[in-house]
Amino acid sequence: MAGSWSAERPRAAAPAAILLAAALAGCAAQPALRGTGDLGIVVERASGSLLVVDTTARRVLHRVTGLGDLSHASAVFSRDGRHAFVFGRDGGLSKVDLLTGRVVARRVQAGNSIGGAIGQRGELVAVSNYEPGGVRVFSAATLEPVADIPARGADGRASRVVGLVDAPGRRFVFSLFDAGEIWIAEMDPDPRRPRITRIRGVGRQPYDALITPDGRWYLAGLFGEDGVALVDLWHPERGARRILAGYGRGGRRLPVYKMPHLEGWAVAGNRAFLPAVGRHEVLVVDTVRWREVGRVAVRGQPVFVEARPDGRQVWVNFAFPDNDTVQVIDTETLRVVRTLRPGRGVLHMEFTPRGEAVWVSVRDEDRVVVYDTGTFEPLARLPARSPSGIFFTARAGRIGL
Amino acid sequence: MPRRFSVCAAALLAAVAGMAAAAPPPERAAELRRLVRHDCGSCHGLRLRGGLGPALTPQALAGKPVELLVATVLEGRAGTPMPPWKPFLSEEEARWIVEGLRSGGFLER
Repeated sequence: MAGSWSAERPRAAAPAAILLAAALAGCAAQPALRGTGDLGIVVERASGSLLVVDTTARRVLHRVTGLGDLSHASAVFSRDGRHAFVFGRDGGLSKVDLLTGRVVARRVQAGNSIGGAIGQRGELVAVSNYEPGGVRVFSAATLEPVADIPARGADGRASRVVGLVDAPGRRFVFSLFDAGEIWIAEMDPDPRRPRITRIRGVGRQPYDALITPDGRWYLAGLFGEDGVALVDLWHPERGARRILAGYGRGGRRLPVYKMPHLEGWAVAGNRAFLPAVGRHEVLVVDTVRWREVGRVAVRGQPVFVEARPDGRQVWVNFAFPDNDTVQVIDTETLRVVRTLRPGRGVLHMEFTPRGEAVWVSVRDEDRVVVYDTGTFEPLARLPARSPSGIFFTARAGRIGL
Repeated sequence: MPRRFSVCAAALLAAVAGMAAAAPPPERAAELRRLVRHDCGSCHGLRLRGGLGPALTPQALAGKPVELLVATVLEGRAGTPMPPWKPFLSEEEARWIVEGLRSGGFLER
């Protein structure tokens, strides 16, 4: 190797000069050569902007502005991890280049939207909407419209759509909040004419959903009653099964000051961890028989319940008024092993790809705190304006994220 | 003369205000504004144009009785995700919030 290197050397001077000139000329347009595997975004909900962050250096690379109403904004990534697709509350869909920090495409596609997904092949982006209810599908390259799927329940009325995820087999799966249905849209053979499978009567008010990391099980949490609707995507013809239906029976339900989320699928071995609704508990579910096997009492109404990538810890944040606290559950003993107080308005947590650190957004303190998940010590504090969702590019390669 | 005038003005203002809620002290008002924007906003939208919960803009609330809205804030609404805010708000504060919503005072300029 060394030999061939030195053999090249005498000829290196001229090309180097040309390269340098080219680099200087291209400086304005060309981002520095680097990978995106350790990058991510932090949504600044109140100012319609986001930060592009580097999770290795723990610093902000860019602030991207002009993204509209980003309350409840979420994001997915292109399969090459270079672009983020950001879904805003005002129906705005923006495609952001993480390397240049620029918005390369933007479309206001509906009046009021709630989330989105990127398809298996990476060429389609789907957005779920409240107003008008339904799902719209766009080209990931250009954001040109590809398909429109109005969501009308069995009663013919338009329904708000939640819990949109991608699934293997070029499918998108989503839940109809008002109609109590789960739909599967197959984008094959023609994405302009998706084939819809409707599963009716899954339960009252599915409020959010998740898909297991293997892409097989779709779980929709029910707000209008106790339980979770479960669909086996290997066998959608079997319909939805109700699990955890007896959960909380006879118990008094506490008010919920912020809807829990299910996107952070927390799995450790054969156990899944879910936020209870109206109870200050995290539910532990056996993912083989889909039965409740335990509950962990926590500080408040859980919002996000997220497993460290190795499954050893589950981190939980809470709805108002306990939204200044984060608790860590040891998945082996099912005990809360640490209670942290990052500050008022803890809205989201995102683990680095291998889980040595977790980034926590603290809205009212205008900062993001990075914790070491081994020592629970803060590693860094980054200023951010009313930060909410944090999304790292490791999601690009994961089903359902 | 000026003194008498200001006393009159204050009395008149109080009479006109009638049922209107007294504004909370500045610090509490700031806290309530943040609560409306972020905590109400998590369901009703940061710009209060609706989400999982309905829009809370002046147009959306026009014609809805104030008492009903105050009761909804304090007691929540059975059968919907709307929780009771009574543990965190006095009736006076709920009334002030409802008036702010109806007048558009919480919307961004």
